[in-house]
Amino acid sequence: MKPELIIIGGSAGAFSTILSILNHLDKDINIPIVIVLHRLKNTTSSFEAILQKNTHYSVKEIEDKEKIQKSFIYTAPSDYHLLLEEDFCFSLDVSEMVNFSRPSIDVTFESFSTILKEKCCGILLSGSNHDGANGLKIMAENNGKTIIQDCNEAEFDIMPKAAKTICNKHQELNTTNIINTLNNEYR
Amino acid sequence: MINLNELDELLFTIKKQFDYDFRDYSKASILRRINRFMTINNMKNAVDLKFELINNPSIFQNFINEIVVNVSEFFRDPSFFKSLQQKVFPYLESYPKINIWSAGCSFGEETYSLNILLKENNLYDKSRIYATDISSNAIEKSRKGIYDNANFKEYTKNYYDCGGKESLKNYFVSDEKHSMIQSELKKNILFSNHNLVTDSVFKECQLILCRNVLIYFNNNLQNKALELFYESLPVHGFLAIGKKESLRFSSVYENFKEIDREEKIYQKIK
Ligand SMILES: C[S@@+](CC[C@H](N)C(=O)[O-])C[C@H]1O[C@@H](n2cnc3c(N)ncnc32)[C@H](O)[C@@H]1O
Repeated sequence: MKPELIIIGGSAGAFSTILSILNHLDKDINIPIVIVLHRLKNTTSSFEAILQKNTHYSVKEIEDKEKIQKSFIYTAPSDYHLLLEEDFCFSLDVSEMVNFSRPSIDVTFESFSTILKEKCCGILLSGSNHDGANGLKIMAENNGKTIIQDCNEAEFDIMPKAAKTICNKHQELNTTNIINTLNNEYR
Repeated sequence: MINLNELDELLFTIKKQFDYDFRDYSKASILRRINRFMTINNMKNAVDLKFELINNPSIFQNFINEIVVNVSEFFRDPSFFKSLQQKVFPYLESYPKINIWSAGCSFGEETYSLNILLKENNLYDKSRIYATDISSNAIEKSRKGIYDNANFKEYTKNYYDCGGKESLKNYFVSDEKHSMIQSELKKNILFSNHNLVTDSVFKECQLILCRNVLIYFNNNLQNKALELFYESLPVHGFLAIGKKESLRFSSVYENFKEIDREEKIYQKIK
């Protein structure tokens, strides 16, 4: 069976929102979550450790060909694009940057949406470039649930604005409403 | 643009017609690469692509060169090269002759990085490197060893981060735009075409580097390639794979010991 999955994409200014979402998810929610955040390469950051302190999920940086499991939050490693295979395992890829980014949120949204169709929910948060907008549009076209962070709330609104400009199907929500929506939808 | 169903049929045709087998590649990645190839070459659908491949054989080599991912850099993952020097080179010193296989060498960045470190650690004189790739374009570029100066800032940073003490540019001859690796650093390297899917063991090697190649294979093909590496290594030989790749799912997992878990360096123990 197709798993259901949430993908959160973000860049500058998205980290604290991610923490806040994870912190407030109901404890009985266990739908797998994938986080694609633009990060510096070759730096050992404490990103996963900080996430782990804020969630009842197990947090894991993705390794190639790993299978999606419930109750896991997966982070996309820096310097790789993240793709999904037909058998629902992750694939990593070091091909050219997209939107000056690797991982690129567009690449992940598109690849996951191709496989999961309506079974995936994409959330695009704060960021100061256009990455993610195209991918989120494709997700919406495949009948996935698509959410952008409220442009007034986002620390950098370029990313959610770009998504809004090319597609009018997304729900635009502030952090509190993102949390409420997820808690209602995936409990 | 093609979809996943058309992809299976296309890969089947390619196998039948050209004897290149991509059927066990990562579908997600190869689909992106083929769609990219079609966009660049103005092909609209699977029929267009098949027609071109079959009726215009010269395009096929170009197709192979384009669907593989050759993105690389000098001293990619500096922490890996640092660990290699600290944890593997001391062992290699004890061998009178060292054979090294750099599999999936791309345009030579990784192979020359390694050779520079062999030189700095006084292992160069007894080392011979076999550098292989499926792509003929990659092998040609590797042999030339010419790189864009624009990237040297990053390469230099990587080089220092892995413990380099010289000036990286000393290993190159440069003009305003390009830098060519010194011929001295080419002498002990043999670049050749080798397909990990179909070709077999060609030499016993004490160290094998195959990084960021397995990610393009499915589990089945990863396993096959890892068995090939296993057979090419003597007991106590070393295998290094990409930072986010894993031996865990393979049949030879038990035959290796972890030398550096983070950097994915393994030693064959039985
Ligand atoms: C991303 S590059 C890795 C370069 C370098 N090892 C690194 O980590 O930076 C992957 C390389 O694997 C090669 N490759 C793909 N399939 C192969 C196969 N079946 N046999 C040998 N090489 C292959 C590609 O041509 C490409 O040069």
